[in-house]
Amino acid sequence: MSAVSSLERPSPRLDQRVPARTSWSVVLRQGEILRIVDLEGQQSVDTLLYNADDPSERYCAQRTVRRQGKAYIGEGSILVSTENRPLATVIADTCGAHDTPAGACSCESNTVRFGQQTRFMHACRENFLFEGAKHGLAKRDLVSNINFFMNVPILPDGTMAIADGVSAPGDYVELRADMDVLVLVSNCPQVNNPCNGFGPRRSAW
Amino acid sequence: VFEVPETIEQGAAHYRARYEDLRARAASRQAASRAPAPRPDAAGGVVLQSQVIPAGWYWTGRLRVGQRLRIVNATGRASVAFQGWNALEPSERLNVGDTAKLQWTTRLTTGSLLFSDMGRVLASVLDDNADGRHDLLAGTSDEVTNQLRFGRLGQRHSHGNFLLAAAKLGLSQRDLHPCVNFFSAVRATPEGALEWAGSPRPASSIELRAELPLLFALSNCPHPLDPNPTYDPGEVEVVVMEATAPPSDDFCRTRSEEAERAFENTDAWIAANMEAVR
Repeated sequence: MSAVSSLERPSPRLDQRVPARTSWSVVLRQGEILRIVDLEGQQSVDTLLYNADDPSERYCAQRTVRRQGKAYIGEGSILVSTENRPLATVIADTCGAHDTPAGACSCESNTVRFGQQTRFMHACRENFLFEGAKHGLAKRDLVSNINFFMNVPILPDGTMAIADGVSAPGDYVELRADMDVLVLVSNCPQVNNPCNGFGPRRSAW
Repeated sequence: VFEVPETIEQGAAHYRARYEDLRARAASRQAASRAPAPRPDAAGGVVLQSQVIPAGWYWTGRLRVGQRLRIVNATGRASVAFQGWNALEPSERLNVGDTAKLQWTTRLTTGSLLFSDMGRVLASVLDDNADGRHDLLAGTSDEVTNQLRFGRLGQRHSHGNFLLAAAKLGLSQRDLHPCVNFFSAVRATPEGALEWAGSPRPASSIELRAELPLLFALSNCPHPLDPNPTYDPGEVEVVVMEATAPPSDDFCRTRSEEAERAFENTDAWIAANMEAVR
């Protein structure tokens, strides 16, 4: 399922390109819309959301999938907090396949997945720690995130593996903030699996 | 020997080949592995503590490395939500996304590992006597799921239990994280819909072995996707047993390349923290 934006001529208050492998963050006021564009295609954009006024209320991947009865994020998905309140809603999605159960890559998990030689490669949890620190967040504030444009099919027998991304250059999602939210993003630096076509690319907000 | 490729295209081809190779090796080793048969009772080990958790209630505890936690679901009607932390550094905690990704599956059974967010093993599934009927996806029950299922407020739920459990461990809401639900099967359809796939039979059980110093919280509440309209979970018994040295061919430690690498990381941490771990 995909749905294009209903915004006819967006006039953004902020229009920013996020280089490959880097992090970014923004506070959205309730009702504001964040469009995330996969400029070159097949680029995972790891995203975490917090109540901007009280970050101990944060995105809950399990509540989000349970509430919608579906394992993947797409148009119409309500991104639910640990207090069961909507943080944001996906109001447009031209791609149609976004993961949340798999969470973010880290230096440490890379060693288990791909070997000890991958320990010192940049990873999304490094980006989240770095970006979160600007907002007073620490490691215990990181929870399972959303991976926009990352394709992780779960088979009926439980088998789960990251597959080739299906996003084309220019695909986007739009999030409408349902409260004031802090958004952390990591333009995923992973090269060891297909989430970025094995080579990180640019994304834009 | 790993060499950094010179161009993006060379890199992509190199990394893709290695990823496919890792996936194929994991699948073939998995197919060749032979798990120990499920045990109906705890085998060996001195019982240190046992506790019955009534329907709707919770429990917390601390395990030393190697100590075992056996959860017995005598009626088959219980669902037990689990969260866990490194007792010496609780910012290190259960990570269900890593637990699935690093084992290429959301299914937990004998030999599966519960991973921390630091590439280490928090606990191993030493014995699964519940046919892999466990869930990494659907999370805790809460006021909303109770209201939907039972049509009224006031019954206990795992979200509330975990807040209480965390408080008793000196932790807070910030330390809570996505949980594992034991004794509850959930399946994803090809379209991605999450479906309830049932409870195990009566007299089911699961036994975990702590691989790091472990703080844990358990909650015995109905699973949020269980369609049973009556709030009627069975009680569970929790038994803590003294550590016994794992054999050299320990199934949990040797089942996969990923497990071997994860235990390298885990053993290195234990060696570096030996005094505190004792």
